[in-house]
Amino acid sequence: MAKDELKVCVIGGSAGSLEVLLDFLPAVTPDCALVVVLHRRLGDDMMLEELIASRVGFPVPEVNDKTPLENGKAYIAPADYHLLFENDGVLSLDISEKVFYSRPSIDVAFTSAAEAFGANTRGLLLSGANQDGAFGLHAIRLAGGLTAVQDPACAIFPAMPKYALEACPDHERLKPSEMADFLSAHAKKV
Amino acid sequence: MLTDAEIDAVVQAIYDYHGYDFTGYSLASLKRRIVRVYELDRFAGFAQFLSQVRGSREYVEHMIEELTVNVTEMFRDPAFYQTLRREIIPLLGTKPFIRIWHAGCSSGEEVYSVAILLEEAGLLEKSVLYATDLSPAVIENARKGIFPLKAMKQYSENYLQSGGARDFSSYYTAHYTSVKFNENLSRKMVYAVHNLVSDHSFNEFDLILCRNVMIYFDKPLQERVLQLFDQSLAHLGFLALGSKETINHSSLKKTYKQWQNQRIWQKMN
Repeated sequence: MAKDELKVCVIGGSAGSLEVLLDFLPAVTPDCALVVVLHRRLGDDMMLEELIASRVGFPVPEVNDKTPLENGKAYIAPADYHLLFENDGVLSLDISEKVFYSRPSIDVAFTSAAEAFGANTRGLLLSGANQDGAFGLHAIRLAGGLTAVQDPACAIFPAMPKYALEACPDHERLKPSEMADFLSAHAKKV
Repeated sequence: MLTDAEIDAVVQAIYDYHGYDFTGYSLASLKRRIVRVYELDRFAGFAQFLSQVRGSREYVEHMIEELTVNVTEMFRDPAFYQTLRREIIPLLGTKPFIRIWHAGCSSGEEVYSVAILLEEAGLLEKSVLYATDLSPAVIENARKGIFPLKAMKQYSENYLQSGGARDFSSYYTAHYTSVKFNENLSRKMVYAVHNLVSDHSFNEFDLILCRNVMIYFDKPLQERVLQLFDQSLAHLGFLALGSKETINHSSLKKTYKQWQNQRIWQKMN
């Protein structure tokens, strides 16, 4: 897919995010490549991919190094690798040091998406108990992309969206019921 | 933060002045690591950084250690080592000699893991493990067989999960905060500096391991390195890649057979 046609939406989440994700994802009609970066235990790769694929109506291709992104599909970051975006629209994997004790790191994925796709990037940060994602979500904002966090008042672990709002108060605050709209084809443009 | 043009200028200077070729590396990861070095070393500005890269061989050697990712562990992905132990190594054992190449061996954790498998199969005596990396400094560390003591708990768990049945601590001697692996394991290892980007095939092998090394390369360079492996593998030899790497989009796909659902391919006709 040509780079200027590709739109990327990266969703980051940690503790308390999986339930929310499984709740709103089936209602999304993506016009972009949805990329999900969750902190999780090792070795449950296939389970999470299969779980999500079984709930949604769009394709969830297996992610390998250099997998090309396509609009309208969802990609799940594999456990124990950082996920990065190349300028030509493919995913790269990286096993360098953990960031905030996390690999994949949401900051690494968000920052890399902002650099590769600029204003064609959307970022959504869900519930979590640490500060990963705050820096990266701000980077998407600075690159001209749309950004949102799960409203801390509705999050099981509000620390992660709260850190992101401290770094940049302009992110939209979404209830889980509003997230499908944010990610769908008719989402408002910047 | 550095721009893409500044990253290009650094990559070009490393090549022009010192001969290390990073031009085929994946930009996203390389950029992140160059920026990290730039920030850690607290340069006053890009011009100062670039002049240091051009002028100092010593600085570039240090930089290359930082640019190449040397995160590895023993028996990483225990299921992979279980397949090696139960299926691949017994097949290799039918040969008179076993030649193995660890391409991009980093600090050597994987080389020692495979040596342990060969030792337990009674095959180490007739094996040679060639281990190469582009960084002279990590090769030197690997050769010594000294690893941090604090990593042993994780390695021991990985070893057991991979089907190991011995006491893992019998393979090393602890000294304060580090351990030294038995020389019985390292006596069949040959360490050398080899750059996958610029150097050629140097032998024929029955098994090549190159796990989580090519993820740092772009697709054209990946294809070139796969050709190098193809030239270096014996008939019916095996190529083992990382758990998220594949040859399915390369020209090797037609002549290689994937080993069940593992990231191991066997060279056919």
